[in-house]
Amino acid sequence: MSCPVLVDSGGTNLGSVRYALQRLGVDAPLATTPAQLRAASHVILPGVGAAGPGMQRLRELELVETLRGLGQPVLGVCLGMQLLFDASSEGGETCLGVIPARVEKLAAAPGLRVPHMGWNRLLHSGGHRLLRGLDADAHAYFVHSYAAPVGPWTLAAAEHGQRFSAVVQKDNFYGMQFHPERSGAAGALLLQNFLSL
Amino acid sequence: MLTRRIIPCLDVKAGRVVKGVRFRDHVDMGDILDLALRYRAEGADELVFYDIGASPEQRRVDTAWVARVAAAIDIPFCVAGGIDSVESARAVLQAGADKVSVNSPALARPALIGELADAFGVQCVVVGIDSLRDADGAWRVRQYSGDPDKTRALAQTTLDWLDEAVQRGAGEIVLNCMGSDGVRSGYDLEQLGAARARCAVPLVASGGAGAAQHFVDVFRSADVDGALAASVFHSGAVEIGALKQTLRSQGVAVRP
Repeated sequence: MSCPVLVDSGGTNLGSVRYALQRLGVDAPLATTPAQLRAASHVILPGVGAAGPGMQRLRELELVETLRGLGQPVLGVCLGMQLLFDASSEGGETCLGVIPARVEKLAAAPGLRVPHMGWNRLLHSGGHRLLRGLDADAHAYFVHSYAAPVGPWTLAAAEHGQRFSAVVQKDNFYGMQFHPERSGAAGALLLQNFLSL
Repeated sequence: MLTRRIIPCLDVKAGRVVKGVRFRDHVDMGDILDLALRYRAEGADELVFYDIGASPEQRRVDTAWVARVAAAIDIPFCVAGGIDSVESARAVLQAGADKVSVNSPALARPALIGELADAFGVQCVVVGIDSLRDADGAWRVRQYSGDPDKTRALAQTTLDWLDEAVQRGAGEIVLNCMGSDGVRSGYDLEQLGAARARCAVPLVASGGAGAAQHFVDVFRSADVDGALAASVFHSGAVEIGALKQTLRSQGVAVRP
């Protein structure tokens, strides 16, 4: 029986992620203590806003070390994914350090708007269980100004002037830069796949 | 590659979806949730709910319907109307909206834009601009356009206000061209093109859609990121699935 929790990271998309899980028939309570995180089958770290306040919130809740040490599947969404990396150039913030790379600001250019806002294609070749059943031309809804580079951790990429990581994985840690809770059927499939890990 | 967004706008009044011509004579168009689910099923990329009474009546958005929508749909949506502070924006975002759009309150107190961007990030902050061309040829901003009796013409030009809004932290601009709104003769390509040239953040066109070709024109000619429309979708004159096929066939990238 899966009993996932949502880390109460203070982001305003907490409610939307919770609703998305409810549409899958799963009620994920909010978690604010290390014990709640450790007892969960799956841990979801949502997040909207800036890296600084996001990490500050995790430090206040004294969840940083707990999160790093979790052995069950962990999913960071949007800012929550960026927090899995070493650091973010947004405010020069030190993050959780699970994935050894740095999140950088997307470069704006003529015809290339930042924030990257809207539906973009997920560039992937399947393979991983998290992506099982995902259409080759699946699109997801992105809203962000900072992005993580492509690397060995990248399961799917997206392109907005440059290629960046859209879905990442390292060990039991997963991340989605887009909002699966707002990405229609593709997003629901990915959340369902995560809960099946 | 980032696709262009098709955005039905649902004007909400007293808990129902309504539509007027040139912002007047509102007609009931149906239940909020029924229409939201219909547009999501047809392939809408995003929805905007505009509480058209909130700002003129100086009251806040009722968050009960925001939560109902958030629970039911799995595409992003933005709530506009009556958001005049960080607290009122927080209530709407925590109810499940993905973005808030500010218009009249931002004109009354431009610092609001920066406060919202600091609190929630620029990606949550949309600034809506109602704009009309004056006799001297300049486009100028209108305030409280939700109620014709309270609508005020401002001295500020639309393009200057757009610059200021982006500089203060707007993550997206919705430019509603009132001269073409409700008359279904096409978007105001000239004004939107001028706005595009000044706008480094996403720009959404509003006002004037009457046929699929108008969407093709506004994406190609004004290079907007999204196109918003209401009555043309409510009436069924343009069906979103068919519209996307038309766009795709003319080389405009849209979500499948």
